[in-house]
Amino acid sequence: METFFQQVLGGIATGGIYACMALAVVMIYQAIHHLNLAQGEMAMFSTFIAWQLLQWGFPYWAAFVLTLGISFAGGFLIERVVLKPLENAPVLSHLVIFIALYAIFNSLAGFIWDFTVKPFPSPFGTAALFGEGLIGAHQAGMILVTLIVLFLLFAFFRYTRVGLAMRAAAANPESARLVGIRVGTMAALGWGMAASIGAVAGIMIAPVVFLEPNMMLSILLYGFAGAVLGGLTSPGGAVFGGFAVGVIENLAGTYIPVVGAELKLPIALALIVVVLVIKPNGLFGRTVVQRV
Amino acid sequence: MKPLLRVRGLEAQYGLLKVLHGIDFDIGEGSVTTLLGANGAGKTTTLRALCGMVRHSGTIDFDGVDLTRRRTEDIVRLGIAHVPEGRGTFTSLTVEENLQLGAMTRRQGSEIEEDIRRIYRFFPRLEERSGQQAGTLSGGEQQMLAVGRALMLRPRLMLLDEPSFGLAPLIVREVFAILADIRDNMGVSMLIVEQNASLALELADEAYLIETGEIALSGPAAEIRDNESVRNSYLGY
Repeated sequence: METFFQQVLGGIATGGIYACMALAVVMIYQAIHHLNLAQGEMAMFSTFIAWQLLQWGFPYWAAFVLTLGISFAGGFLIERVVLKPLENAPVLSHLVIFIALYAIFNSLAGFIWDFTVKPFPSPFGTAALFGEGLIGAHQAGMILVTLIVLFLLFAFFRYTRVGLAMRAAAANPESARLVGIRVGTMAALGWGMAASIGAVAGIMIAPVVFLEPNMMLSILLYGFAGAVLGGLTSPGGAVFGGFAVGVIENLAGTYIPVVGAELKLPIALALIVVVLVIKPNGLFGRTVVQRV
Repeated sequence: MKPLLRVRGLEAQYGLLKVLHGIDFDIGEGSVTTLLGANGAGKTTTLRALCGMVRHSGTIDFDGVDLTRRRTEDIVRLGIAHVPEGRGTFTSLTVEENLQLGAMTRRQGSEIEEDIRRIYRFFPRLEERSGQQAGTLSGGEQQMLAVGRALMLRPRLMLLDEPSFGLAPLIVREVFAILADIRDNMGVSMLIVEQNASLALELADEAYLIETGEIALSGPAAEIRDNESVRNSYLGY
């Protein structure tokens, strides 16, 4: 029984990271209706920036906040410079851009910081909590940080005018322009915020998977799985999906003998396929109700 | 008197297809102007051109400001509220959020709250449904929400595209009565595009008749309403 709780808690901890990635993916999906394949690499690059700041002697939380700010600016700029000119371009152009961004960030990180695996510090330490090792201190910290991020985002979208404007711009761009919302700026804000959320995910997971240019590949796949499971149109659903994927991954790895550590990743892919076949909108994705 | 909006030689096109061939019209301060015409005559395109939503040329002068080079968002900020074809409801957001969005370009939070209460007094049914997803409202309620959202801008000019579209006759009467009330009590100028000519002419002060992208006829609404030959040949009633 203790193993079970251990695995569930561990699943919630990594699930929080998947939830952040899923949320970042959904935010950009809402604005441009495509999956940003480069989301993981952007997060990885942010994590390297944090690592560099730490190397230069910044205190941990200063580096954390600074990295979030830099990532926000970076995401904002990417939208303005790279995606805005392609506003009305066909799907494939976006896809090519995403693959290009993926390759650029991956190679750039390798070029600047090389491909050797680096340890990344945890602000929470590595001690086991509650003596019996039910959950590690870093895992507990991960859960706490993701919950704070998710709460702040919820409050932002629910209670601020900019949040409302962003929701409106995503839901109905033409009407949004007609009430004076600068839809393009809102999309760029969305990119900036998605980049910052990705940075949180990267910084929090780096002590677990270690820092290297390919660290986010599987994380992003789990994030996609979470987003698809919860529904690409539902930020709350994506968060739930992320947590669910983390728990499912851990339990399957523990209790299904053939799965083990090696076959954990295909579980994410299998999950995507199953959800798309049975419930293409995801668990919480909605078809908007409309009467005419 | 100098008009609030002065349009000269307005041309507009979708791709290679020219839809407006140089139309002229004025809208007086505090008055209702209607643009009548058959399907495909260019009524909606005229509204879209005023708001910079379609490629166009000519001069559009709004109280001394040239609108032709401006973006939609900036035109709205000058105090022009457009209630588009299909009402432009944010269907996935609540009724109250829709109203708040109407005031997105304004600053003072307390005034905005006050205006929302004012809109609710105007449309009590919207208050009953304030927390409901706007997409679940009936057509008439959505039209009221669209008008309410436009009023939240505190506009000087409202552009309304087929406010009667898809509504039951009784509801249409109600909507037009509200529009008359808005003109008389708030001094908002309006440009109303309608297929329902008799109704629009009752409300309007001035009328323009548009035919295949050109103004075919214009004058005081009352004159056009009383001119039998015009009614027979152009308006079909």
